[in-house]
Amino acid sequence: MASLVSHPDEIRVVTKRFGQGATDLDRYLALDGYQAIQKALAMTPDDIITLVKNSGLRGRGGAGFNTGMKWSFVPKQSAKPKYVLCNGDESEPGTCKDRLIFEHDPHSVIEGVMIAALAVGSHTGYIYIRGEYRYLSVIMQRALKDAYARGFLGKNIFGSGYDLDIYWHGGAGAYEVGEESALMESLEGKRGIPRIRPPFPAVVGLWGGPTVINNAETLASVPPIILGGPDWYANLGTPKNGGTRMFCLSGHLNRPGVYELPMGYNLKKMIYEVGGGIPGGRALKAVVPGGSSTPILLADEIDVAMDFDSLAKAGSMLGSGGVVVLDDTTCMVKFALRTIKFYQHESCGWCIPCREGTDWLKKTLTRFHAGAGMKKDIDNIYYLAENMLGKTFCPLGDAAAMPTMAFVKKFRKEFEDHLDGKPCPFEKAAEPVMV
Amino acid sequence: MADLTLTVDGKKLTAPAGTLLIEACKSVGIEVPSFCYYPNLSLQGACRMCLVKIEKMPKLQTACTTVISEGMVVATDSDEVRQARKSMVELLLGNHPLDCPVCDAGGECELQDMAFSYGAAESKFMEAKNHKDEQQWSPVVYFDRPRCILCYRCVRVCGEGMDVWALGVQNRGVSSVIAPNKQDHLECEECGMCIDICPVGALTSGAYRYKTRPWEMNHIGTTCTHCADGCKTTLGVRRSDTGMEIVRGDNRDKSGINNDFLCIKGRYAFDFAHSTERLTQPLIRKDGKLSPATWEEAFALAGKNFAEIRTAHGGEAIGVVGSSRTTNEENYLLSKFARMVLGTNNVDHHRTADFPALAAALRGKSGQTASMRDVLSAPAILLIGNNPTEQHPLLAWQIRSNVRLRRAKLYVVNSQPIKLRRQAAGFAQIPAGAEAHAVAFLAGDDAALDHLVHQSATRESLLALRDKLRAETGLVVAFSSEIRGADVARLVHSKFAGAKFIALADYANSRGAADMGLYPDLLPGYEPLTTDSRFAQEWGTLPTVPGLTVPAMAAAAKAGTLKALYVVGANPVARFGLDPFAFSGSFVVVQDMFLTETALMADIVLPAANAYEKSGTFTNTCGDLQLVKKAGEVAGVKSDFEMIVRIADAMGFEVRKLVPFGGGTHADMGQSRGAQSGEADRHSVWLEAHGLEPRMSPFDPVAIFDEIQRLVPSYHVSRLDLLAGNDQHTDIGEAGPGAAHDPNLIIPANDDLFSSGTLGRYSHTLNSVMENKNAPAPSEVGAD
Ligand SMILES: Cc1cc2nc3c(=O)[nH]c(=O)nc-3n(C[C@H](O)[C@H](O)[C@H](O)COP(=O)(O)O)c2cc1C
Ligand code: SF4
Ligand code: SF4
Ligand code: SF4
Ligand code: FES
Repeated sequence: MASLVSHPDEIRVVTKRFGQGATDLDRYLALDGYQAIQKALAMTPDDIITLVKNSGLRGRGGAGFNTGMKWSFVPKQSAKPKYVLCNGDESEPGTCKDRLIFEHDPHSVIEGVMIAALAVGSHTGYIYIRGEYRYLSVIMQRALKDAYARGFLGKNIFGSGYDLDIYWHGGAGAYEVGEESALMESLEGKRGIPRIRPPFPAVVGLWGGPTVINNAETLASVPPIILGGPDWYANLGTPKNGGTRMFCLSGHLNRPGVYELPMGYNLKKMIYEVGGGIPGGRALKAVVPGGSSTPILLADEIDVAMDFDSLAKAGSMLGSGGVVVLDDTTCMVKFALRTIKFYQHESCGWCIPCREGTDWLKKTLTRFHAGAGMKKDIDNIYYLAENMLGKTFCPLGDAAAMPTMAFVKKFRKEFEDHLDGKPCPFEKAAEPVMV
Repeated sequence: MADLTLTVDGKKLTAPAGTLLIEACKSVGIEVPSFCYYPNLSLQGACRMCLVKIEKMPKLQTACTTVISEGMVVATDSDEVRQARKSMVELLLGNHPLDCPVCDAGGECELQDMAFSYGAAESKFMEAKNHKDEQQWSPVVYFDRPRCILCYRCVRVCGEGMDVWALGVQNRGVSSVIAPNKQDHLECEECGMCIDICPVGALTSGAYRYKTRPWEMNHIGTTCTHCADGCKTTLGVRRSDTGMEIVRGDNRDKSGINNDFLCIKGRYAFDFAHSTERLTQPLIRKDGKLSPATWEEAFALAGKNFAEIRTAHGGEAIGVVGSSRTTNEENYLLSKFARMVLGTNNVDHHRTADFPALAAALRGKSGQTASMRDVLSAPAILLIGNNPTEQHPLLAWQIRSNVRLRRAKLYVVNSQPIKLRRQAAGFAQIPAGAEAHAVAFLAGDDAALDHLVHQSATRESLLALRDKLRAETGLVVAFSSEIRGADVARLVHSKFAGAKFIALADYANSRGAADMGLYPDLLPGYEPLTTDSRFAQEWGTLPTVPGLTVPAMAAAAKAGTLKALYVVGANPVARFGLDPFAFSGSFVVVQDMFLTETALMADIVLPAANAYEKSGTFTNTCGDLQLVKKAGEVAGVKSDFEMIVRIADAMGFEVRKLVPFGGGTHADMGQSRGAQSGEADRHSVWLEAHGLEPRMSPFDPVAIFDEIQRLVPSYHVSRLDLLAGNDQHTDIGEAGPGAAHDPNLIIPANDDLFSSGTLGRYSHTLNSVMENKNAPAPSEVGAD
C-alpha cells in the first residue's frame, strides 16, 4: 500500500476517509457511510439529477462532462434493463487516484453507483476494475459482500422496495477498455474494441440497454454532494468546475503523491508548494498537466488554474488529473518515445490511423532517439500525428497524437540536437518517473 | 420512410430517412472510398477511408456510419478529406509487402485501386515492415497476414453471412491478426466467401492461387452445375493445351439470384472438368473390350443399331435415360428424339422431387410458386424437411439473409436439429419419416398430431406453430422430397394465405429434366400423352401408351424385351442400384464425361461436354430459368445436343424436323479460344458435308429453345431478359396437368456440402476437403 501524503491546502471530500480503516463497513458507517443513499432514497430521481447537475460535478475520467447532465440523457422508460457502470480501468500514465479510492474507501464507490442507479432508474450496476489492480478487486469483493450482508444491496434495499444489484468485474489488462464503449464490450465478454457512436451509451449501452458510465472518482464524489448540497460543492471550485479533484503529482518533485485540491488550484503553486518543488533545486522544463495524453506545457505556461476550461484555454487539457513534472535533465525526445511506446502498446488495433500510426511513430522515434534520425523525420513525426488527430475511431488515437504534436512543436530544437549521429545530449541524466 | 434532402459536393439529393451517407452519395454517382464498409454486413468504422466533411461538425465523419439528416451539407472531395484518405493509404502501404507482382489479387485489388486513386506514391517510412509467415488454414483457404488490411469483411461474412463464425481477430494493436477457429486451421463450410470478399490478396484460394493473373482470363457468367439452386457463377477461363481451362469461379459482380454468394461447389468444384479421367475419345466395344474409335464410326454404329432395333422390334424395345445435369434444350431434344425418332415412351431420369405432383396441385393457379429471389424478400418462410445448409446452400443463404436483414420469420419442421433452426422463429422437431404427417397436420388434420409429438414438439407447441403459420401472409413454403404424390396437393391446399411453394430437388437441372418431359407418361410441360397434344400436332404421330420407368427398363432388359438403351449424362446403374448384367443382352449407348458404372457396361461410350462447356439454359428447383454459357473447353468431347442430332442423322432422320434451325436468334456457340478454333469450326466438316454454314447449324440450342417457348406455356418468359443474363421465373401452375407417380421412384441424391454425385467424385477440391475433414487436425494430435 502506498503511503499517504497531505498538504494544508487540501480539501478532503473524496479522500476524507483515507487512512481511517473505512474498508471496514462499520467504520464506513461511522464516518457518514450510506447516509447519502438513504437521503437519496427519499428524493425523486429528477431531484437527484438536478442536485448533481447544480453541483458542477464534471467527469473525472478525462473528458469532464457534467455528470448530472449525463444522467439526464438516460430515457425514463426502457424496454431493456438500464445499467450503471463504474469505470475503474484507470490506466492513463501519470494517473493513480482511483486505486487509492478502491484501496481506502471502496464503499464510497458502491454508494455512488447506488445513487446513480436511483437517479436513472437502474437496478444493476457493475464496478469494472483494471486488470492489474487485482488486489483492489479483492477489497471491492469484500465490500460488496458486506453491503449485501447488511441488506444495503440486493432486494428491497434499506427497506425501500427498490432492488439493486452491483457486481465487480476485472479487466484483462488493456488501457483501451477504459474507453467507455470498449469497456462495455469487455464486460459483455468480447474483445475490448470501442463501438460506433451514435448510439450513445445513455441510450444503447451495455447489452443494448441505456447505460450510465462514470469514473470511480466521479461516483465517489456523489455521496458527499448529496449530503453537503450542490451549492457547498460548487463553491469549492471555480465556475462550472465544481468541487475538488484528486491531482496525481509525479515526476521530478520533492513530495510526489495524490492530493485533493479544489478545482482551479494554480498549477505553479501545486508544483512548488504542494509538491514541494523540484529536487536539487533544478529548473522546471515542462509539465504534463492531466495524464500522458494531454499536450505538454512549458515552464512559462504553468501559471494556470487547474480546471477544465482554463486548461483548454491554455491549449491543453485537465484530463484525468495526472500531473507529470519534468526538470531540465529530461530528454524530450526520449519522453516522446516513452509516451508513444505506451500508446503503440495499448492501441487496440481496430482502426488504421491509430494502429499503424502509433507503430510508425514508435519505430521512427526509436531510431531517431538512437541517433540515426534525419531532419525529415521531425516533419514526418508531426505529419503522422497530425494525420491521426481527429481521424481515429476512438479518442485513443488523439491521445497519442496530441502530446506528440506538442512535443515536436514545443521542443523542435531538442529534436534537432539529436541529428547528425550526435549522442543524446541527456543520456546520463535521470529518467523522469511516472507513478 | 420520409425522404430527406441533403447536399453533397454541391449536388442536391434526396434519400429515405435512415439511409447511410455513403449509400446516399452512391445514388448520385459520388463514390466515397471504403474498405471496411460492405453492404448488408455490420458497420465497423474501422478503415477511416470514407471520412468526409459535414458542415457544423468539427471533425471529419465516416460516411459509412453516418445516417443522413435533413439539410446536411457534405464535402467528399475537399483538400482536408483528400489528405485524410491519402494518409490512410500511406499508413496501410507502410506495412504492406507490396508484392503485387506475384499477388493473386494484383489487378483486381482494392488497395491498388485506392493507391492509384488517392495517391500515396512515395513512402515516408524507413524501418522494416512487420512480417508474419503465410499460413494454410484448409485445402482451400490460405492467409497471408502482411497483405491483410484488417477490414474485418472476412470475419463478418463468415459470421453474419454464413452463420459459421469460424474467423476472428486475435491480439491487439499492430499485432492484430485474423485467426481461424481451430488455432492453426479452419473447420468450416469452406465456402470461400471470406476469400472473395477480401479486398486484397490476404486470403487466397488453394484452387486458384498463383495460377494466373486476372487479366489473362476471360470471364464468363453461367450457372452452377451442382445443386438445384442455380447460382450464377462467373468462370475465369484461360487457354490450356487442350482447350480452355476453368481456373476460377466467383460472382463478384453480384449479378444473378445469388448476389455474391457461392458455396464450395460453385466456387471451386469446377475442377472435375479437368480431371485426367475425363473421356476424350469415343469408345466402341470390340471383342468384349471398350476400345477407342472415331466419332464417325461411333455415330454410324449407334445410328445403325438403333434404326434396326426400332424396325425389327418397335420403339418399345428401346429405353432412354436422360440427365438432371444436361440443359433444358438437350432434355427437350432427348424427349423429342425418343418419341419422334426412336418411337418410344420409355423415357425417364433420376427423379429427386415430385414436380408432376406439384404441377397437378397447382394446375391453373399461377403465382403460387416462389422464386429464389422471393425467398430473400418473403415476410415468412416455412421449411419442411431437408437440410438446406448442406443440400441447398443458396436457399439457406437466402433464408439467413432474409431473417437477418429483413426480419423475416422462419419456421422449421424437421426430424433433425438442422443448423437453420438457429434462424427459426419456430422449430418443431418431428420423428424421422413423419414429414407427410406434418403436412397432414398443417393441412388441418389434427389426428396427425399423434405421429408428430416428439422431443420438444408437444401438442401445444405444434398447434401454436400452425396458428402462427396460418396468421402469416405471403408465406414461402419449401418442402423436401419426402413430400410426394398426394401429400404435395395436401400441402398446397392447406390454408396458408397467399403462400408460394418450392419443391426441393437435388441436381442442377432436375427441374429442367422434369419440365422437359423426361417421363414415360409426360411430354414437355407436364403434358399427357394424348393424340391431339400440341406436341403431336407439331411432331407428328407419337406413341401414346405410357413407357417404362428406369427400374421397369432394367426388368424388361432382363426379360429380353428391351433391346437397346440410350443413356445421356446419367448413371442409372449406380443411382438406381441396377444389376448391370440385366443389360448384357441389350445394345447400350452411353454419353458421359467419365467411365461410370453405367458406361462400363456400354457398347458405345461417347465423351460428353459438361454444362460448363456448352450453351443453353437450366431451370433451378424454384423454376428460375437461367442461361448456361460455354466457358471451358476440352478437346475431344461433344455436347449431348450435338450427339443426339448426329445419332438421329445416322439413323437417316431428317434433322431439320428434330431441330428447326436457321431462323431467328442464334446461340453463342462459344468461340472461347479465338476465331479459328471455336466450337462451330469443329463442326465444320459435318456442316460442309450437309451443305450448311455455321449460322444454319442444327446444333443450335436456341432453335430448340424457340420451340420450347412455343410449346411449353410456363416457359413463355421474356427472351430479351433471359439473354441479357437475367433469371426468369417459370410458373409450374401454368404448365400441363402433371400426373400421379409411384412415390418410390423418387430417390434422394443425399449429397452434402462436399459431395456432388459423379461430378464430386472427380473434383480434386471436394476430395481434398473431405480427406482433410477425416484426417485428425495437427493441433489436436499435439494436444493429447
Ligand atoms: C483510450 C481511453 C481510455 C480511457 N480510460 C479511462 C479510464 O481508465 N478511466 C475512466 O474513468 N475513464 C477513461 N476514459 C474515459 C471514458 O471513456 C469515459 O469518458 C469516462 O469513464 C466517463 O466518466 P466520467 O464522465 O465520470 O469522466 C478513457 C477514454 C479513452 C478514450
Ligand atoms: S483509435 Fe482506433 S485502433 Fe486506436 S484504440 Fe481507438 S479504435 Fe483502437
Ligand atoms: S483477410 Fe482480407 S477480408 Fe479479412 S480482414 Fe484482412 S484484408 Fe480484410
Ligand atoms: S448453392 Fe448450389 S448452385 Fe449455388 S454454388 Fe452451391 S452447388 Fe452451386
Ligand atoms: S468504410 Fe467507413 S470506416 Fe471503413
